[in-house]
This record gives sequence, structure tokens and C-alpha cells, in this order.
Amino acid sequence: MNKSVYASPDQVSETKRHILTVLVDNEPGVLARVIGMFSGRGYNIDSLNVAEVSNDENISRITIVTHGTSEVVSQIEKQLLRIVPVHSVTNLDQEGSSVEAEVALVYIYISETNKKKVYQLCDLYRARKIENENNTTIFEIAGASERVNRFIKEINEITKVEIVRSGPVAISSIQKNEEE
Amino acid sequence: MNNEITGAEIVLKSLAEQGVEVVFGYPGGAVLPIYDTLFKQNSIKHVLVRQEGGAIHAAEGYARSTGKTGVVLVTSGPGATNVVTGLTDAMMDSVPIVCITGQVPQHLIGSDAFQECDTTGITRPCTKHNYLVKDVNKLSSVFHEAFTIAQNGRPGPVLIDIPKDVQFASGTYEEKNKIIIPSHRLFEPSPDFEKNKIEEAVELISKAKKPIFYIGGGCINSGPKASTLVREFINMVGSPVTMTLMGLGVVGSSDKNSLGMLGMHGMYEANMAMHECDVMINIGARFDDRVTGRLDAFSPNSKKIHIDIDESNINKTINVDVPIIGDVKQVVEKMITVWKEKKFQIDDKALKLWWNKINKWKDVDCLNYNNEGKQIKPQYAVQRLYELTKNTKTFVTTEVGQHQMWAAQFYKFEEPNRWLTSGGLGTMGYGFPAAIGAQVGHPDALVVDIAGDASILMNIQEMSTAVQYRLPVKIFILNNEYMGMVRQWQELLHGGRYSESYTDSLPDFVKLAESYKAVGLRAKTTDELDDVITQMIETKNTVIADIWVTKEENCFPMIQSGSAHNEMMLSKDQKQDKKSAEKGKILV
Repeated sequence: MNKSVYASPDQVSETKRHILTVLVDNEPGVLARVIGMFSGRGYNIDSLNVAEVSNDENISRITIVTHGTSEVVSQIEKQLLRIVPVHSVTNLDQEGSSVEAEVALVYIYISETNKKKVYQLCDLYRARKIENENNTTIFEIAGASERVNRFIKEINEITKVEIVRSGPVAISSIQKNEEE
Repeated sequence: MNNEITGAEIVLKSLAEQGVEVVFGYPGGAVLPIYDTLFKQNSIKHVLVRQEGGAIHAAEGYARSTGKTGVVLVTSGPGATNVVTGLTDAMMDSVPIVCITGQVPQHLIGSDAFQECDTTGITRPCTKHNYLVKDVNKLSSVFHEAFTIAQNGRPGPVLIDIPKDVQFASGTYEEKNKIIIPSHRLFEPSPDFEKNKIEEAVELISKAKKPIFYIGGGCINSGPKASTLVREFINMVGSPVTMTLMGLGVVGSSDKNSLGMLGMHGMYEANMAMHECDVMINIGARFDDRVTGRLDAFSPNSKKIHIDIDESNINKTINVDVPIIGDVKQVVEKMITVWKEKKFQIDDKALKLWWNKINKWKDVDCLNYNNEGKQIKPQYAVQRLYELTKNTKTFVTTEVGQHQMWAAQFYKFEEPNRWLTSGGLGTMGYGFPAAIGAQVGHPDALVVDIAGDASILMNIQEMSTAVQYRLPVKIFILNNEYMGMVRQWQELLHGGRYSESYTDSLPDFVKLAESYKAVGLRAKTTDELDDVITQMIETKNTVIADIWVTKEENCFPMIQSGSAHNEMMLSKDQKQDKKSAEKGKILV
């Protein structure tokens, strides 16, 4: 739905999840500008991830997962481009194909009775145990959000857990020339 | 190094290199070094306002009337928070402003120091861009970039926050032409931008049977040349044209193609033509809700062309068929070339029928009002003001409310940049300081602030500024003792319960003017009106003309909230159907 004082005539498309990657100048306040635009204009942020791009320390890549109709998401892209330090905005869902992944760290409350089941499940999902000085059971799982969701759901059925997730990052998988 | 100067000196040097002639400001602890440097030079003039809010509206008035960038200088904390309204106003109406704020020294930032506030945090959503400058050596490049960003693409306000220690520190100055601004930070239309869309648009116009041009403030921001080109193109097509509140003056009121303003209090014929057109050519307007009325009934059968410099305006509220991203001047110039090259000709017969229809709507005479009796009707007051000032170079500013709409309806503008009003934000208190700014930019012109009795009190302290700088600004108050537009909505939508919209204990405006050593005049009846206006114009001093108008006059025609263009109310007697009135009530 478009935003206006008056309700939009026709809702054109359905609400979908979109991953936007935003390249920005790495300067103070830039993240506030980006997320302020979302809150100020009433858009959704499902998850957000910021990091420097390895080969150029002056540029950061912000990965934002949002949901909305294609009209809303297109408006989000245009509003992002108005922000002065923003270089580019790419909607990975419109790029065609992309690869996404996220990391979750899971603290698992373990006992003699559930130990076997937990390890079996972690094995199945290729979750890796992280060694630590207290020798507590902390597993790391990486992959598409859906896979992480499934793992968390299943492990939750076995025992109590604490979870921290990075939110997805994503990259276009379209073939590019090497010079670029 | 020898060529190092202080941060405060860099500020002044940057302003001078940017061609700044005047700064509107108010001193305070965190900008004292800059004021000290200002004291030691003569090239830049400073206008001392009486509240920072006045400074930024004055800078807006200066910018809009001259086409230059307005510059504001205020202190930290309350100085900065007082300019927030003006920054938002400039953001909404795309006015190029550079606002310099002082900040507490860096080692105190974050300590809740005296007059500290998170200025860049507070102003982030209401500026095009803002800076906190921590390194004196970056100060000049920040200034040059700030001026470019303020003017480039869709103009807007830019704020530079400078900690006091940076103003004292020594650093090197870099000249404007040494600064390279990366292209992603600016709007750069590609040289061959959207050429196909232009051809598509021009062809669509040539095939129109019921075209209408819908002109907005973008045409004014694009410079006077844009208005000339827009007029030329409209004449070639022979199409009717309507303008938004911000676009008044792009096409002259007396132009045969002009239907005047459209929208909530626009002309009946303009709104009807928008509703029934088959091709709409939006140049530099943004389908604002005051213009569109109810969206599902907005111009249902037209193909829409939208020329805008800001891509985010495309398909924001109204989906268009042919979007063109670019500067009005450049786009319209290309449209004219294409029209000529392809020898396009519009269907004359159809156009004639279209004009016949429009002329019938004109016959409704939507601005008609009952002008009987000795009491001054507000509409009549504006009409007389126009008649008595039309042969003088006149700038008109307004506050916000009924008087603003009557000014837009009854004052006729023939040129761009002569009409300064707060459109997007609707800021009461805008008009008087804006008039001060316009007068500073045009010392010899006549500058009139058409005001309401409620609005004028929002920045009345600027009387002192106007008198100090001998600015012969004229304040023309349509005094009905009400917040007229609030009262009108209460009458139409809230059962006539005039909750807090009557202003008791108004000052005696004549004595008020005199207390500032300005001139106060008053007209109570139609017999006195012309004399008062003439005297006001001839007085070489700041004047308040207190015009007593009928108290409960309503501003018509009107599209009530939630209604469509073809559902205009022409008078109070014409009742809106109850269901849509109820729906409209929750809207603004």
C-alpha cells in the first residue's frame, strides 16, 4: 500500500520478504540515518547487519531484511538513495538469484537424559560445538535462515536453549566479470 | 604552518568564497568565536533576529525570493532546537539553507553540559544532510560540500554543527575548486537521461484530447528559465494549466491558459479539469494530499506524466505512466525540442471542446462571495491589496491558515519567486520573518506579509529586527480574532464547537507597532480600506496594517478531507454527504 493521508486505491501486490544491501560511506551517524528513515516513515526492519567491506575501509555494507509489497519496498529503496552517504541499494530479491546465510550461537542446557538426542541433532544440522573455558555446551550453526529456524525449533523440543542470531547477510550469485 | 587560520576564520572564509552576503543569526556561548571573527570583517552582513526560529524563516524568505542559499548561524542547545521547525519547513518545501550551529567543546560532548544537545541527532530527519565537524582541517571541505548539497538536485537544508574547540583550533583552508565531492553524494542527471521517456511523454501530449499541465514548486526551484520554458511549452500545446500553492507564479495569473491554483481550496475549474483530463503533465509537483483529495477518485481516466528531480516522488502516492527523473529546465527544454522536431500538433477540435467544457466550469465563478455591507470581507481586502500593489515589484509572504488561502486565491502572481508561503509543513509564524528575509534580499521592493491575527503573534518579536535594520516590511493582518481555519473546520466537522480557536486579549496592533517605533494603521470599514493600503505602501517604515474583517467568513471553494476533486463544496449551504464527512474527520 502506498503511503498517503488518503487510503490507497488498490493494493497491487502481496507482502513479501526482501533483502536489501546498502553500500554506505563509513562515517559517523550513517547507520542512524538509515534506520531513522525506516522508523520515521513507518517501514519494517526484520533484521539488520552492518560491517565494513574488507577491501575498502571507507565503505560499509548494511544488509537489511524487510517485508512489504513491491511498491513499498521500491519506495524504501528510493528513500535510501536520498541519504547522502548511500552509494547504492540493491534489492537481492529482484536481482534474480542470491545466496544468503546467517550465524546462530546456541547455548544448550544439557543433561544425561537429553545429551544423546542433542548431539544427534547437532550432527544432523552440522552445528559445530564451540570449545570454551567453562566447557558449556555452545553450538554454532550457519546457513540459510530457514535452516537455522528448523534447527532451533527442533532443539527447543528437546531442551531449554539460549540463542543469539546475526540476522542474514546475502550476496548476489549472478556471474560477474573478473575486472569488476 | 604559517597559512593556518582558526576554525572560526575558516567558517567566514568559506561563506565568503561561497558568495554569501548575509547571515541570519543569534549569538550564544558556543558560537562566540565565530561572532568574534564576524565582528572583524565587513564583507558578510549579519542580521540579528529576536528568536532563532525567526532566523531560519528569514533565511528561507531570502533564499526563495533570491534563488540563493540562505545562511543561519545559531548557538548550541536551545539555539539549535529553536531552528528545528524552520529546518523541517525548508525540508518539506525544498529550500536551500545552510545552518551553522555551535556545539559544546568536544571533551564535554555527552556529559549533559550546559546548552548541550544532540544537534545532529535531533536534526537528522529534518535536514537533507548534517555534519558534526570534529577536525578543523575538514571544516572548509564540509562547508563547500554542504553548500553544494543544499543546492544540488532537490534543494534542502543542511546543518553543520561545530564544537567550540574546533572554532578556536588552527587549521588549513581549502578552496572550493579543490574539493572533490564523490558523485554518489550528489544528484547527477546523466547527459542523455531518460531520452526515450521524454519522447514517449511528448507523443502522449500530442495525442491528448483533454490535456492539463499540473505545475509545482519544482519549476520555481529550477530557476526563472524553467518558468519561461514551461510557459513556452504550454503555449505551444495550447493546454490549460493549473498550479499548486508552491507553483504560483510559474505561469502568470493573467495567462490565457491559466486556471489558477488547484487542490483543497483551489479553483473549481482547475479541480474539475484535473478530474476529467485524459493526459496529465505533472511538472515539479508531488501529488501532495492537499492537491489530490481522495486517491481512489483522483483523475481516474488520465495517463499521467510526472517530471520530478527526486525519484522517491515517483509512484509515492499516485502511480504514473511516464516518469521522467530530472531537472525541470533541462527536461522541458528537451520536450520543446522534440515537439518541434517531430512537428507535433495537438487535435485542435478536441482541444476546443475541452476549453468549452472548462469555460463552463469557470462560469460557476467559484470565488464568488457576498460583498455587501461596510464590513470588510477578507477576500475583498486581498483583492484591494492586489489592485493597489500590482504595478509595484511586490513580494508576498503569508502565514498559515485562511488568510493564506485567500492570498493564494485573490492575489495574482505574474512571476515566479514573488510568492513565499509555507506549503508542506504549514508553519504559522513563517510569513513575517520570511518577509524580513525577502526584504533583505530586495531592499527596494515592496514586501507584504499577508497575515492572520493568530499567526502573526507566533513571531511578533521580529518587529524589533525589522525596525533595527530599517526593513520597510508591511504586515497586512486579516484580523477576525479567530484561528480562522481551525474555526472553519470546527464549524464544518465538529458541530460548531469552537474549542480554543477564539483569541481573547489580542494586542492593539496599532499600539504594538508604535511601541516598536514602527507605524500602525487600522481599517474597520470598506471606506477606510484603500486609504490604509495606500498609506501602508507609501510609508518608508515597517508597518502593521490591522484590517478588521468579518469574523466568521469561510474559505471556499473547498474539497473536504476524504472527498474527490469533483466533490467540491462551493459554499456553506452545500452539505457534504454525512458518511464521507465522518470518514474525512479523522484525516488532517
